Amino acid sequence: MIMPLLSVRNLTVQFRVDSGWVTAVDDVSLDVGEGDCVGIVGESGSGKSVTALSILQLHQRATTRIPSGTITYQGQDLLRERGSTMRRIRGSEIAMIFQDPMSSLNPVLTIADQISETLRQHQGLTGVAARKRVVELLGLVRIPDATRRADDYPHRLSGGMRQRVMIAMAIACKPRLLIADEPTTALDVTIQAQILELLRDLRKELKMSVMLISHDLGVIAEFAQSVIVMYAGRVVEEAPVAQLFRRPVHPYTVGLIAAVPKLDSDAPRLATIAGRIPGPQEIIVGCRFSPRCALVQPRCRDEPPLMQPVSDGQSARCPPRILVLGERHG
Amino acid sequence: MEEVALIRIVAVKFLQAVPVILIISILAFLLLSLLPGDPALIIAGEQASPAAVEQVRRQLGLDRSFLEQLGIWLFNLAQGNFGSSLVLNQSVLSAVAERLPVTLSLAALSISFTIPVGVLLGSVAAYFRRTWIDSAVMTVALLGVSIPAFWIAILGVILFSVQLGWVPSSGFTPISQGVGPWFASLALPALILSLFQIGFLARMTRSAMLDVLGQDYIRTARAKGLSEWRTVGKHALRNALILIITATGILLSAAIGGSVIIEQVFALPGIGRMVVQAILARDYPLVQGTMLILGFTFVMINLIVDILYTLADPRVRHD
Amino acid sequence: MTDTGLGSLTTVHAIAAPRGYGAWRRLLRHRSFVIGSSIILLLTLAAVLAPLISPVDPSAMRVRFRFRPPSQAFWFGTDMFGRDVFTRVLYGARVSLFVGFAVCVVSGLCSAILGVIAAQFRRLDGAIMRLMDALMSFPAILLALGIAAALGPRVSSVIIALTVAYIPAGVRIVRAAALTVREMDFVQAAQVSGASSLRIVLRHILPNCLSPLLVHLTFIFAYAMLAEAALSFLGVGIQPPIASWGNIIAEGRDYATEAWWVMLFPGIAISLAALSLNLLGDALGDMLDPRLKGGE
Repeated sequence: MIMPLLSVRNLTVQFRVDSGWVTAVDDVSLDVGEGDCVGIVGESGSGKSVTALSILQLHQRATTRIPSGTITYQGQDLLRERGSTMRRIRGSEIAMIFQDPMSSLNPVLTIADQISETLRQHQGLTGVAARKRVVELLGLVRIPDATRRADDYPHRLSGGMRQRVMIAMAIACKPRLLIADEPTTALDVTIQAQILELLRDLRKELKMSVMLISHDLGVIAEFAQSVIVMYAGRVVEEAPVAQLFRRPVHPYTVGLIAAVPKLDSDAPRLATIAGRIPGPQEIIVGCRFSPRCALVQPRCRDEPPLMQPVSDGQSARCPPRILVLGERHG
Repeated sequence: MEEVALIRIVAVKFLQAVPVILIISILAFLLLSLLPGDPALIIAGEQASPAAVEQVRRQLGLDRSFLEQLGIWLFNLAQGNFGSSLVLNQSVLSAVAERLPVTLSLAALSISFTIPVGVLLGSVAAYFRRTWIDSAVMTVALLGVSIPAFWIAILGVILFSVQLGWVPSSGFTPISQGVGPWFASLALPALILSLFQIGFLARMTRSAMLDVLGQDYIRTARAKGLSEWRTVGKHALRNALILIITATGILLSAAIGGSVIIEQVFALPGIGRMVVQAILARDYPLVQGTMLILGFTFVMINLIVDILYTLADPRVRHD
Repeated sequence: MTDTGLGSLTTVHAIAAPRGYGAWRRLLRHRSFVIGSSIILLLTLAAVLAPLISPVDPSAMRVRFRFRPPSQAFWFGTDMFGRDVFTRVLYGARVSLFVGFAVCVVSGLCSAILGVIAAQFRRLDGAIMRLMDALMSFPAILLALGIAAALGPRVSSVIIALTVAYIPAGVRIVRAAALTVREMDFVQAAQVSGASSLRIVLRHILPNCLSPLLVHLTFIFAYAMLAEAALSFLGVGIQPPIASWGNIIAEGRDYATEAWWVMLFPGIAISLAALSLNLLGDALGDMLDPRLKGGE
């Protein structure tokens, strides 16, 4: 087996609160292969962003701890790295873009200033050479009139344009992996499509792997090759994208897919999942989805279920369903 | 286009300052009418002869109607006449000008201690928030804003002048007699004057920095692989400085206000000491005129601070 | 010193205040709050019970006891007239705390009224705010000095002078809060449902301006006490023989090298009082400002 570009194994992340430590990410494992495009889907509070932030150690260090797990990037355990090694990887090997392009850019620095900073940090480009590359990058993310836009401050740009600037900044040093944390959530629907298209094109052009995080299964379906579904800090299902939509296993995944609005559907109302995601402080002994699950069985509440393979490339954390499906197929 | 917007903002600020200057002039005028009873009698003193009281009355124009007095007052001001001292045999303007170098040296020296130390302390506390470093720095800042300056000044004189003999205990040496003696005569007063301001600025900087360090763009800067030094020193501080600029007006005001007291303790012949002596000598025109000059000065300072703020924040500049 | 009149810029944001039992419990767990309120409570108690704690007359001069250092009989020593410094500091607390509290209440009331008027009636806004700008153009201590000097050296003059000096900052805070609250959904909803504007002001806007004002006033309490001490020290504030922390220090200053205790203890008292109020203000600000509370 070829070693994946990035491999997260049994990652657990905890936050400090008044009364102690709570677990936000619980025993998460995932792989991103060379050139892969992995989608992570889940409601807010499911731990998907925390997982992403811990890869680059961008979480609040004082109030976060990672008691167990490994994050291996090209054979190197990132969790053991500190300071300069991490800084070398950030922005040059692994880049990241965030949800809100309004607040993610520094309001008092020009766009050129902010992009060329990355170039100087990792490639030593300064002056005219950096400037040339900035304009080139702004063209690459399809910002019209790039020469003039470079000297603007972020607030002069629309949300979509700002996200393009963020993308330009992220791809400036041709990273091997781009982590996109809800890159289209804060944008209008039409702009969303443009940004996704841009990301797709850039991925091909630069041959980079992408980890796309979204609460929107529609976005994931359009973009990713494989999907990881997270719920309350745990991975509950993992499958190639087509497989996931054709045969979702975990009741939560089923609910998520049913909740995606379809234009051709005759259903009078959108399906919703009753209840809400539990907070990290709430103690649920068994399956964390059991309080909301329509198919819950007594044993679901007694012990946490394990991740089990269903078929090739698909696995889920719901033994009762896997058993039922297996009997039906067998 | 940008320049036009900028000029417009500055023009609006200037126009807003005009009524403020007028109100200040009237307020300073009203100060004298606060005196309970007959101002002429109070100023001349209770033992003064009726003729002397009359003379004061005429000299101050108190024999005219209220509106006439106000009109004359504003008319004089418009010509740059801020009145004359009753005791010093000097116009207010020349009395202030004579003592300005002392107060200005003191304020400038203390501000030059305050800004680097205050910003550094506040930033360090914010960066290491909720650690012992934060607690230690903030305790010092809290002491700075809580301990009365005149009291610590007396203790300072006892320690540094009387006991250790490092600096003179009082008096002022003009800079024309050498930078060394000038600095020695002002070092202790300026340092004590800046204690409160350092505390104030450190607390403000910490709060501004905490706000900024929690922003998404700081995370972006880290995600780019920038060092902590660049992240905090460039990305965070640039934003926090905009908030800090707004505090410089307050700091200057505190420096001048504080120098009133500090000058008294160290017997520095500045404007503050002059005002206190004028009050004790019932030289109200001098008090009135000096307050007016300082009021005008601060309208100008606040105007400059406002404009600097506009220049520093691209968001304000463009809108 | 002590003349900015601006407690903290963050008070403006302290609009959405937590209420009820939970807020109280959190306050009681807050270290600054507990320390600050204990000290100020203790000082207040000492001031109120001064005659019981020390039955000596604070102005009683006993020349044969001049300049006694601190001892069992005279805890804080005696001054140049043989007066007991401990007793004088106790009685000084009465004056200082009273002045601080009075300035707090009066300037708080004026700030609330003027601030809401400025926010609610756009036509008066310009006039009120320019007047406040004008008052703020004088360094607060200087303004207070001028007014106190004109009104004559009395407790009431000091209170009036400091009130005027500290009103502008309060008005700005209330106005900013009121303008923010006015745009909030529940006020808009009340307007749409036809509530009278007086009712909206009293029921919705004013209560929501109170918490930033309260935080601000806690700092004003400290500033006012420090300023009163400074004025009295300069001879423009509370006059002897009434004991005030400021004038005890002024009297002790001339003998500071020989009889250090005369000026040392009132200074510690002022510092403690100001420190506790600043701690209290910080704690209240922490509690009432939702922005600074979370995420750390």
